[in-house]
Amino acid sequence: MQRYILSRLIQSVFILFGVLFIVFFMLQMTGDPVSLLISRHSSPEEVEAMREELGFNRPVPAQFASFIGNALTGDFGKSLRHKQPAMDLILDRLPATVELATTALLISLILGIPLGLISGSNPGSFWDVLSRGTGLLGQTIPNFWLALILILVFSVHLGWFPTFGRSTWTFLGMTLPTRSVILPAFSLALFTMGQLVRFTRSAVMEIRSEDFVRTAYSKGIADRKVYFRHILRNAAIPLISIVGVQFGYLLSGSIYIETIFSWPGLGNLLAESIGNRDFALVQAIAFFSSFVVVTLNLLTDIAYAVADPRIRY
Amino acid sequence: MVKLNRDKIRNKKILDVHNLVTRFHTFDGVVNALSGVTFHLNHGETLGVVGESGSGKSVTMMSLLHLLPAPPAKIEGGQAFYYGDEAPVDLLTLNKSGISRIRGDHIGFIFQDALSALNPVMTVGRQIGETLVEHLGMSPSAAMKRSVELLAYVGIPEPKKRAAAYPHQFSGGMRQRAMIALSIACEPNIIIADEPTTALDVTVQAQIIELVQRLKKEMDMSVIWITHDLGVVAGMADRVMVMYAGHVVETAPVDDIFYRPSHPYTIKLLGALPKMGETVHHRLESIDGVPPDLLEKPVHCQYAWRCHMARERCWEDIPKSRQMGDRHRAACFLDVAKEEA
Ligand SMILES: Nc1ncnc2c1ncn2[C@@H]1O[C@H](COP(=O)(O)OP(=O)(O)OP(=O)(O)O)[C@@H](O)[C@H]1O
Ligand SMILES: [Mg+2]
Repeated sequence: MQRYILSRLIQSVFILFGVLFIVFFMLQMTGDPVSLLISRHSSPEEVEAMREELGFNRPVPAQFASFIGNALTGDFGKSLRHKQPAMDLILDRLPATVELATTALLISLILGIPLGLISGSNPGSFWDVLSRGTGLLGQTIPNFWLALILILVFSVHLGWFPTFGRSTWTFLGMTLPTRSVILPAFSLALFTMGQLVRFTRSAVMEIRSEDFVRTAYSKGIADRKVYFRHILRNAAIPLISIVGVQFGYLLSGSIYIETIFSWPGLGNLLAESIGNRDFALVQAIAFFSSFVVVTLNLLTDIAYAVADPRIRY
Repeated sequence: MVKLNRDKIRNKKILDVHNLVTRFHTFDGVVNALSGVTFHLNHGETLGVVGESGSGKSVTMMSLLHLLPAPPAKIEGGQAFYYGDEAPVDLLTLNKSGISRIRGDHIGFIFQDALSALNPVMTVGRQIGETLVEHLGMSPSAAMKRSVELLAYVGIPEPKKRAAAYPHQFSGGMRQRAMIALSIACEPNIIIADEPTTALDVTVQAQIIELVQRLKKEMDMSVIWITHDLGVVAGMADRVMVMYAGHVVETAPVDDIFYRPSHPYTIKLLGALPKMGETVHHRLESIDGVPPDLLEKPVHCQYAWRCHMARERCWEDIPKSRQMGDRHRAACFLDVAKEEA
């Protein structure tokens, strides 16, 4: 087990180095970064001064080395637009995205898993058709379109939710979400929910027909126990990885949803930084998102090993 | 369970199955898996069940305990009286809780491949304990202690450690022993073993057979042993039942099967056996021809296609099972023994 975790940890570190490499050369590939950063009317002296200041006049390997060195301390340089360290901006926006992603994940779990269980346990039934239909809709409806419809119906007409923005309230020193998160989270959750319905359904159907389930029945234990201890317990294992992957996707922030709802999260920041050609910030966000995904994958694999003794030993 | 006075039913029927009909309603059509299976099991005996792949051996036994997936499976006829309970019951008419009471407690099942038949994410001790908790009302810790004893009883070394291990950590033979410990946990009256040694190598096979025979004697049980291997049957069964395409074609004491077979199919099966001194391990599949398509409802003897003695009659009607000798029945129009002579 420890060896397994250690090897996965080392793998993750290598992947992150690879990401840093790509993030760095992403900028190099665009040609002379400085020309992207300054206005067309700058004089050659100004350009040279800027190059000097940003270190772009040094040889590429030296630039890369210092980029890595800084990145390891969380320093991705200053945002040109905000005149603030890029990492500070990200950490500033992080709570909004975490709030949105977590709420979306909860919504998709609460809807997706039961639907998948119902449908996988009664394949071919009315409930199966209904659940699969819901899952399919979730995966095919574009979430930005749904977001607009939701705003129209629930905010504009019914006035139940704000049309945009994030508001919070503070209780015992904790910043807590308000109903402003519901609509964006729901729009974002839809796709993940669809995936969960599909995966849960197929996991349950597969496990149901396994030999060991028949053995469990042959022992005379109650159906309910066979279902929870033998079927669900085994079906949960493949679900761990899909939940991990989906949470990573949600945490990277959704450009569409955050933009539509003016949600002050990472997706919004990314859209803005791309629009501003704020390269330091784009690099920092790209790396940060990869970091989140890699970390979640690592945690997922550990959870997997905890849940499945065949991997553990 | 209320332990039955086993002496009272010694040499009497403990299980009596009449005209069992099981069909699978699939997209391709109706599979006539069992077309009227009749047999019985006496208390204290070992009944060997042989027949080619697809002849309905497993479906017969799983029908009795309602273990088939329904749909597509549907038991469409027959009775299966079980005499090991306080009062005789027809297993086929029992509801969910009724059959759950029988499963594991009265009738234990040993499946072929213990690796896939055991839950991969539950310790072996807990899997055995589950049965004890359910039927004997033991506490989980008492059940765990009993599981360890059972593992020791079936010859697994370091039983305490093994009880805490998962199925994939066992060797093939040890895993099948654990499966056996699970099936006998509540000291059932009947054990049904569905090809329990097919996945194992020959020496381990012999050990498992020996183990079941020992347990049968010590725990005073009856055994139904499904196998492809007539050699195994010769060594351990008291009586043999031969199945073909969803029918029982012959039942007889083991010696009669080998020395006075009364069905042409049985004769062919015996012909496929290795002769004295031969070491090759023949399988039953080595008979010419293929079994009939079960999607068609049988209207004549199902074996007629392949029978080396088939007459006109055989194509007109389904032969009924007839008395061929003492405790010896076969479903054939011909007097095979005479014709062969
Ligand atoms: N789930 C199912 N759906 C459709 N047909 C089935 C199903 N299970 C079994 N059958 C059919 O029932 C028939 C009897 O199968 P069964 O498993 O009892 O054979 P068997 O004698 O045990 O063979 P084997 O020696 O291979 O185990 C076969 O023709 C098989 O195709
Ligand atoms: Mg079988």
